[in-house]
Amino acid sequence: MPRLDIKKTYKLFIGGKFPRTESGRSYPINDEQGGVIANLCLASRKDFRNAVVAARKAQSGWAGMTAYNRGQILYRLAEMLEARHDAFAAEMQTLGLPKKQAKKEVDTSIDRLVYYAGWCDKYSAIFSSVNPTATAHFNFSVHEPTGVVAAILPEESPLLGLISTIAPIIAGGNSVIVLASQMKATSAVSFAEVIQNSDVPSGVVNVLTGDGQELLPQMASHLDVNALVIARSDVEMEKLLVASENVKRLIHWPSILTEQDPYKILDAQEVKTTWHPVQESASSGEGY
Amino acid sequence: MEVKDKSVEFSSVPVDLMGINDRIARIKARSIKSEAKVAGLHMALSMIDLTTLEGSDTQQKVRQLCYKAMHPHDELEGTPPVAAVCVYPTLVRTAKEALKGSEVRVASVATYFPSGQSTLEQKLEETHFAITEGADEVDMVISRGKFLAGEYTYVLNEIKAVNALCKEHSVDLKVILETGELGSLDEVRKAADLALLADPAFIKTSTGKIGQAANMQVTLVMLQAISDHYHRTGARVGMKPAGGISDAKTALHYLMMVKEVLGEDWLTNKRFRFGASRLANDILMQLRKQQTGLYQSPHYFSKD
Repeated sequence: MPRLDIKKTYKLFIGGKFPRTESGRSYPINDEQGGVIANLCLASRKDFRNAVVAARKAQSGWAGMTAYNRGQILYRLAEMLEARHDAFAAEMQTLGLPKKQAKKEVDTSIDRLVYYAGWCDKYSAIFSSVNPTATAHFNFSVHEPTGVVAAILPEESPLLGLISTIAPIIAGGNSVIVLASQMKATSAVSFAEVIQNSDVPSGVVNVLTGDGQELLPQMASHLDVNALVIARSDVEMEKLLVASENVKRLIHWPSILTEQDPYKILDAQEVKTTWHPVQESASSGEGY
Repeated sequence: MEVKDKSVEFSSVPVDLMGINDRIARIKARSIKSEAKVAGLHMALSMIDLTTLEGSDTQQKVRQLCYKAMHPHDELEGTPPVAAVCVYPTLVRTAKEALKGSEVRVASVATYFPSGQSTLEQKLEETHFAITEGADEVDMVISRGKFLAGEYTYVLNEIKAVNALCKEHSVDLKVILETGELGSLDEVRKAADLALLADPAFIKTSTGKIGQAANMQVTLVMLQAISDHYHRTGARVGMKPAGGISDAKTALHYLMMVKEVLGEDWLTNKRFRFGASRLANDILMQLRKQQTGLYQSPHYFSKD
């Protein structure tokens, strides 16, 4: 029998803190025999709005860090996860995952963090461009973070789903609010504890748990959310587009668990193109 | 407590901090239904002194602010203009011209804002300059140093002199106590009682130039001083919390506090103001949310 027999209530992660939902609601999650493993907060629309405020506040600071530094911080997350490998694997086993598979999921999660950590200071060099012009101008296109991103995570693989989704988003300098897997979110909230202990600034990653049906319309309609990522295959995108009543980036990652590529980073970027007049280069002297 | 200083004798009362905190907590816990909320937001918007008091202020920035004062957000029907635009004396004329034909008033800070460290002659001269430039209202600062040193006569006479000059030109005076420099709520109450003896149009919390600006505690203490003054003399002095009030919800809490302490007579921009620059946009965002049901982003609202 465990030392603490009272079932834990996992809290939300908003602005670097772990508050209970302001609504006071919670729901139990069960193991395969139907026994209660833990309780989760049933986040309300108000919790989501609070998370948007926290994410907006954090975004510019995070985007303003050097890309190299963001890469270091992501890599550090991978190191911290490695150190907690067994604990995460054990937690996933309580959700019914076989031991081997649980270990593999943690391994893949670590690899994925390292993968996107490496991309942080490279994607802009590779995908930015100097464009041909017919006049005496420089014309170049660069990627800039889109801002605050809301994401709804896969129902399966709570840890890998969280990491596969947030890593490309925050690698590109965005802040993110995720709605974790509804019935398996314990690993996601536990990883929030890792994030809180890392150098990721408060508010860059926010984790909610609860009901997608309830929160998705809010995520789609909130005007201060710049992009919405659906990392599930069961959400009807068309309906969402009509319901959202505003213009924002809508990104669909139906098979995020098995994919990793730099284009995921670009999905949450905006391309800024700038004209700059070329001075008389022959006479402009040194430094030009 | 009795305060004696040469000729001035006035009584002030000690502040019950626990009582103040408890009352504020109860006001904050209250919910407002959406219809009342919209009415409250309109009222709060009409009470704003839209303020820019920066060394970097230009004529163009003031003109832009004046446009915003008259047309907070034209997309939203039924939004009132704000109460006034508050600027430095040298920009009063610009604001006055930009606001011509509207009901928005021009307020000017004066008396060597924000420190107030100068002689009475200089303060009167600057006040006179602001008035001749066209200010409808003057926001003066008290001499906090003198007040803290116990020279209440000096402070009172200064306020009286500036107020006399203002009244001569039918200009409303607001007296800034700069509560963040007074040290305790007891001192705030004492300064409020002292300023009220001069019978100004408004008393005001802060300059917005130091870390600690308006909060609900000091505002409640000052409202109670105004209430006591009213019951003693029958004079209705206005109140202006300034600085640090940046969201609509807090503004509604302030209005509830005013209604409860002073009553409906003070729920008008003739007797209550918010000194703020960011508050207006948050109120507009809330009004738009009430209209559309969608939560808004500051990106869709003009900054000045």
